[in-house]
Amino acid sequence: MIQDLVVYVLFISYAVAVLLVFGTVLTWVERKQAAIMSDRIGANRAYVRIPFTKVRLIWLGLFHGLADGLKMMLKEDFKPKTYDRFAYAIAPWVVFTPVLLVFAVIPFGGTLVPAELLRALPAAAAWFGDRTYPLQIARLDAGLLVVFAFGGLTIIGAMLAGWSSSNKFSMLGALRAGSQMISYELIMGLTVLGLIVIYASVDLGIIARAQSGVLLGFLPAWGLFYQPFAAVLFMTAAIAENKRIPFDLPEAESELIAGYYTEYSAMKMGLFMFAEFIEIAIIGALFTTLFLGGYNLPFMSDGGFTLPGGRVVALGHGTVVVVQMLVFLVKVLLVCSFQILVRWSLPRFRYDQLLKFAWKFMFPLALANLVVTAIVVWAVRT
Amino acid sequence: MTWWERAYLFEILRGLGITGGIFIRNMWRWMTLRKGALTTYYPEETRIDYALRNRGKHVLTQRPDGRPQCIACNLCATICPAKVIEIEAAFDPEDAVHPKYPARFEIDYSRCIFCGLCVEACPEDAIRMVKEVPNLPTHDRSGLWLSLDELLTWNPQSDVAKPYPPGPVRKPAQRAS
Repeated sequence: MIQDLVVYVLFISYAVAVLLVFGTVLTWVERKQAAIMSDRIGANRAYVRIPFTKVRLIWLGLFHGLADGLKMMLKEDFKPKTYDRFAYAIAPWVVFTPVLLVFAVIPFGGTLVPAELLRALPAAAAWFGDRTYPLQIARLDAGLLVVFAFGGLTIIGAMLAGWSSSNKFSMLGALRAGSQMISYELIMGLTVLGLIVIYASVDLGIIARAQSGVLLGFLPAWGLFYQPFAAVLFMTAAIAENKRIPFDLPEAESELIAGYYTEYSAMKMGLFMFAEFIEIAIIGALFTTLFLGGYNLPFMSDGGFTLPGGRVVALGHGTVVVVQMLVFLVKVLLVCSFQILVRWSLPRFRYDQLLKFAWKFMFPLALANLVVTAIVVWAVRT
Repeated sequence: MTWWERAYLFEILRGLGITGGIFIRNMWRWMTLRKGALTTYYPEETRIDYALRNRGKHVLTQRPDGRPQCIACNLCATICPAKVIEIEAAFDPEDAVHPKYPARFEIDYSRCIFCGLCVEACPEDAIRMVKEVPNLPTHDRSGLWLSLDELLTWNPQSDVAKPYPPGPVRKPAQRAS
C-alpha cells in the first residue's frame, strides 16, 4: 500500500510538473513559432543574469514566459464593483482546475515494474515485490467520460466569469463561449465514439495499448489510420473547445476587448491564460493518446520493437519506460506545434458561421462517421 | 465557390501547407546557422539597405578646416515644426569672414519627425540628412539629444558648398531689363 502511495505521488508530481512546464514553454513556443512563420526573429530580450556576474542567460528568449508570470503577479489586482464577488473570485479556478485534472486519466507511458527497475537494489526491489503500475495516474474505467466531464466544467468557469464581471463585453463573451463550447463538445464526443466502438473501451490506457499493434502488415495500428476522418473532426472541435483562432469568438479582441475575462487583471487573468495554454497541451495529449498511438513508437510495445519483417528487438525495461515517456512528450509537443500553426494561419470565423459550421457541417459528418464505423465494425465482427 | 473550396478542409490544408512550409524553410535556415528572418536584431544589428534618399539622421557639413558651415542663423530652428533644434550662437572676432558660429547645436530626436524642412530652410547648406539612422536606443531620455560633436562626424572635404575662406565675391550678372 505504501508502495502504491510512493509511486502515485511520483506520478502526480510528474504530471503536474509536465503540465506546468508545458504551460510556460508553450507561451515561448507560440511566440517563436509565430515569429519564424512570419519571417521575424521573435521575442529574445528577456534574460536571467547569474547573480554577481555579468553572464546573461538569454537562451533564445526562453525566459519571456517567466517574465510574463512575474509581471502578472506584480500587477494590481483590480476588482470591479460586482454584485457577485464570490463567483468573480472563483471563476478562474473553476476554469483552471479541471484542465489539470483531465491529465489524470491520460496514460503518459507504458507499464512500470519497479522491481525490474530497481534490480541493483535488492532490498527496494523486494519491497515493491511483483507490483506493476501502468504510467497513468488514475486507471478509471470511465477514462474518456472523465475527460469530457471535466472539459464540461470549464464552460461553467467561463460563464461564471462573464456573468459576475457585470460588464456587457464579458457577458457577451461568456454567452458566446457557452454556446460554442457546448456545440463543439458534442462534436468532440461524437467523433470519439467511433474510436470507442472500435476499441470497445473508454479506458484511455486500453486504447493506447491497443494501438501498439500493426495494421495491414506495415502501418502502425494508430487511431489515425482507423479513423482519419474522426481525427480531423476531433482536432477541429478541440481547437474550438479551447477557443483558439479560428474559433476565438469568445475573446475576439476587436469586438469584445477580451471577452469573458475583460474585467480580470493580474494573476486571475494569468490563470485564464495559463489554463488556455495548458489546455493546448491537454488537447495534444488527448489527440496523441486517441489517434497517434499514445506513448508507442511505430511497431513498439512494452517489450521492445517488433518490426514488420518479424524481427524482434528486445529492450531493457528501464530503456522502454524512458523511451515511451519521451515519445509521448515529443508527440504532444508536435501536436501543440500543429495547433499553433493553425492559430497563426487561419482567420477568425463570424459567429453565425461558427455555429453553422458546428451544427450543419461537422455534426452530420461526425454522425455519418459514427454510423459507417459502427456498420463496418459490426460486419467485421460477425 | 466550387465544392472543393466549400469543403473547407482542402483549402485550409493548402493554407497550412504554405505557412508550415515557410516555418520549415526558416527553421532550416536557423538550424544551419544562417539567418531565417527578414527583420534585423536592432540595435545590435542595423540594416544596410536603407534607401539612398532615406532621411535617417542629420549631419552638419564642415568647412575645409573642420569648422561647422553653420552660421547660427536659427532658420532651421524657426521652421522646425516639432521645435527640436536648439542653437546657441557665439561670436568669434578672430574670424572676420565668419564671425558667428554655433557654440551649441542640439537636436532632440525624441521629438524630431524627420521631415527635412531644416535642410530646405538652411541658406548655407550647413545641415543635411543622411540615410543612416542615429544610434538612438537608450535607457534615458537625455540620451536622445544629439550634440554638435555627434552631428559633425560627417566630413566630406570635397563636397562643401562654400569654400573657406571664400573667394572674391562675384557680382550677380545684371539682368537685361
